[in-house]
Amino acid sequence: SFLRRSHSEFQEKTTEWTCRMKSKEIPTAALVLGVNVTDHDLTFRSLSEVLQNNITPYIAFLEAKDCPGVKKLMQKLMGQLMNCYVDVDSSEDEDYVQVSHNRIRCSMTSLINWYESVTKKTDSETPSKKRTSSSRHWQSPPVVVVFKDMESFSTKVLQDFIVISSQHIHELPLVLIFGIATSPMIIHSLLPHSVSSLLCIELFQSLSCKDHLSTIIDKLLLRASFPFKLGEKVLQVLINIFLYHDFSVQNFVKGFQLCIVEHFCSQPVSVLCCQLVDAKKRETTQKLLEDLHVYHENYLSVLRCLHVFTSFLPKYPLGKQIRELHCACLENQVWETEEYESSLQLARMLNKSDLVTMLQQCVEIFVSSSGKEFDNTVEKLKEFLTQFQKLEAEAFQEQDVSVSSQKELQKKTDLYHLQKTLLELKESRRYKKLTKFEMLRFDVVDYIDSLVRNYLVPANHKTLHEIAYFNTASVLREHLNAAPRIALHTALNNPYRYLKNQELKSDEGSISNKAPDICIVYKLHLECGRLINLVDWLEAFSTVVMAAEGPNADAASSDQVDDIIHARFIRAVSELELLGFIKPSKQKTDHVARLTWGGC
Amino acid sequence: MLLSIFGERQQFSFPSIFIYGHTSSGKTYVMQTLLNTLQLPHVFVNCVEYFTSRLLLEEILMQLQSCCSETEQTSHVHCDTFNDFVRLFKQAVVSEELEDQTLYIVLDRAEQLREMEANILPAFLRLQELTDRNVTVVLLSEIVWELFRPNTGCFEPFTLYFPDYSIGHLQKILSQNHPPEYSVDFYAAYINILLGVFYMVCRDLKELQHLAALNFSKYCEPVVRGEANERDTRKLWKNIEPHLKKAMHTVYLREISSSQWERLQRDDGEPGQLKGLSAHTHVELPYYSKFLLIAAYLASYNPVRTDKRFFLKHHGKIRKTNFMKKHEKTSNHLLGPKPFPLDRLLAILYSIVDNRVAPTANIFSQITSLVTLQLLSMVGHNDQLDGPRYKCTVSLDFIRAVAR
Repeated sequence: SFLRRSHSEFQEKTTEWTCRMKSKEIPTAALVLGVNVTDHDLTFRSLSEVLQNNITPYIAFLEAKDCPGVKKLMQKLMGQLMNCYVDVDSSEDEDYVQVSHNRIRCSMTSLINWYESVTKKTDSETPSKKRTSSSRHWQSPPVVVVFKDMESFSTKVLQDFIVISSQHIHELPLVLIFGIATSPMIIHSLLPHSVSSLLCIELFQSLSCKDHLSTIIDKLLLRASFPFKLGEKVLQVLINIFLYHDFSVQNFVKGFQLCIVEHFCSQPVSVLCCQLVDAKKRETTQKLLEDLHVYHENYLSVLRCLHVFTSFLPKYPLGKQIRELHCACLENQVWETEEYESSLQLARMLNKSDLVTMLQQCVEIFVSSSGKEFDNTVEKLKEFLTQFQKLEAEAFQEQDVSVSSQKELQKKTDLYHLQKTLLELKESRRYKKLTKFEMLRFDVVDYIDSLVRNYLVPANHKTLHEIAYFNTASVLREHLNAAPRIALHTALNNPYRYLKNQELKSDEGSISNKAPDICIVYKLHLECGRLINLVDWLEAFSTVVMAAEGPNADAASSDQVDDIIHARFIRAVSELELLGFIKPSKQKTDHVARLTWGGC
Repeated sequence: MLLSIFGERQQFSFPSIFIYGHTSSGKTYVMQTLLNTLQLPHVFVNCVEYFTSRLLLEEILMQLQSCCSETEQTSHVHCDTFNDFVRLFKQAVVSEELEDQTLYIVLDRAEQLREMEANILPAFLRLQELTDRNVTVVLLSEIVWELFRPNTGCFEPFTLYFPDYSIGHLQKILSQNHPPEYSVDFYAAYINILLGVFYMVCRDLKELQHLAALNFSKYCEPVVRGEANERDTRKLWKNIEPHLKKAMHTVYLREISSSQWERLQRDDGEPGQLKGLSAHTHVELPYYSKFLLIAAYLASYNPVRTDKRFFLKHHGKIRKTNFMKKHEKTSNHLLGPKPFPLDRLLAILYSIVDNRVAPTANIFSQITSLVTLQLLSMVGHNDQLDGPRYKCTVSLDFIRAVAR
């Protein structure tokens, strides 16, 4: 979808690029993909599909971690390309030789030979057999090499590869694609001028991550066809993770899937959350569900209309993106917020052409919506539009009033009379008759206001909203914002939470001796200062553990420390060291330094 | 002069010749034309392409097989060591009846030979002696011989220096490439103008050829349109000069590609619309990543002493010791980023972010993704679990742009 937009130009380019060979430059596309590296995979996959369908079957993907040297790069490249070749022909029932990497010399000449053999084969076969794919491929399809993460490649490998390929550009038509995450200046920092002069680089930029997010929210949440919706807090959490932590669209989608799972698992009413068609089977709640559905449809149309209105205003009081408007509307009654007031005031000051365009867009939205209630609205809006057009003819009559007041001022008067006339003018201006345009503008804004008050009711005011809306943000936050330190601390302090052993259910502060060793050791170390004496620690540990055996223990053996207890202690201490809570200290022998403080 | 070194065909000449000179001073071109026109038996190999010794040696042998024989033989020759190479080489020379002619092996980009096994370079220099045949090895490179000398000593080759072309030479060479429709004088005048603009920044023959080819059509436009004839130098100059200046900023620096340039010329559109590569330097980062990066920059460039002063509310004065007075002159910015441990980064991060930052796993994974994007780099071994240390690799301008 969005890929086609950015790559449609690219496809046209590759047709022209066969003639680029004369200038001995390798055509290269630099794709600036954005910081969300996790989403690049998806982009590359769809790109390869598009390329395979339309241009060439010979595509190879190279990652930096596989190519520490030019030899490995060539090996990988040839492996991928030869497999491509095999796939294309496998449907033809031809027998192919299984390639073994060791026997093939990984050099450019063998690649060229392979390419010639492949293209000659396709040429000779097209007249005899009918292949649907070959009609889309040309005589000598270019070989596309995609560098998936350009920044991680070492410069030597890239330089050598480019120099080698540019020598043989006539025999092997190569097209390179650089997948760049940060900015195209990385090309200049990775390749010296002598090498980058061998490339013919064109820049393509994909849409920004925020646009992607808006598209996804648009398709998932702002459509009446999906019965599941997100409550305001949950939506805020997901958007915050997106904006604050990583621009990753995949993570957003995973979070959304988690919401769906949680909703259907924990909320018993969610059984009713389904498409309207299925809802007809349940008679008791049918009416209410239908109401909900209708509410959704109307809500969405009016939301879009309001968004159209507010997106024209300077300073965006209600947010620039429709998702921000959506959040605001979900939270509470939007007409009571201050931003709404200010946006209405600004709307009353809009000029005519803006207003006309907005009304036209609103008309389109309402016409395309599926609800039946909006026919009146559409008519009313169209009426407004025709009235605007009529105003054009009457525009000239308004200028006479202002001209006469100017003439009065220019007559010679003394100070007193001048003062009087100015005061009179001021009075008259206060009660100035509003021009027809202004009155019309007022009417339009009031009408939009009424629509908003009718339809943009926040969801929690509707009955049965819990079916469709998932609003327990705390659960989501727990799962998505993982805090490993806190989890560790809870586990060690309060093992009951994870082990669910009734015996371990203890209150805070006391150290139960039935707890696992590491918990005892952990709680003891929390009480110590910066440097912990191992011997004291061991004593304390054995005291706690021995207390289990009750007062029947021999007095003799309580003096010396049992070997088993010693071993248990050592094991627990080394586990704590592995987890990073303590560290062997060089300052004093037999001491360890404590690394964490506070309750985390 | 080379010919005099080569001598007669039958005679033995120098065992090895080393030719060096700056980029595009004509070394490869001269060798190739000389060998081709005189029909001397030769093998031409580019060392960058055959990056292992095995590939290199096998390629030489294969070319040798197809060198003098008319049939295309592509039989695969196995050759792993130089020992084998010598043996096979002797056999090949005998079979090809090259007994009496000097065979030339030309190795282009010979600086790559230094990266291969240590015996390759000295062995090639002594090939004549080892194989007892009439063979000369010619090494072409851009680096001086002093950097090539292996530690164990070797047979010194005969060194030849190819000087750069002077402006007069450049003009002569470029003028020879004129397209047939126009006269030599016309093209020479064009080359004159071109050199006048570009000679200050570029003396590379290949680049100049490229630029000449790209801009020639624009130069001919007035003539084609009929506004001026071939001799109207002043008009042509006025037409082409701003165009060449534009070209200097864009195509020469590889800001836009040559195909875009040609399209621009055809459409005669606004160059301001087409943004070059350097216009897209802004990188969008998520909120916390920006803070992480700024914290990393501060950690890299501020000494540890000043941390307490900047980031805590109640700080004491820092007494300037003698040590600091001595070292005050060198700005930290010039010295480059210093590595810092992870804890320091987190401490600075918590103090510069206004609201509370929960220590979730997301923050930690963001640090790793910044490393992948090469905005931070990890110093120290990967398996050092208790204290990963990082360095910040971006410049002050970038940080300023991010901080906005």
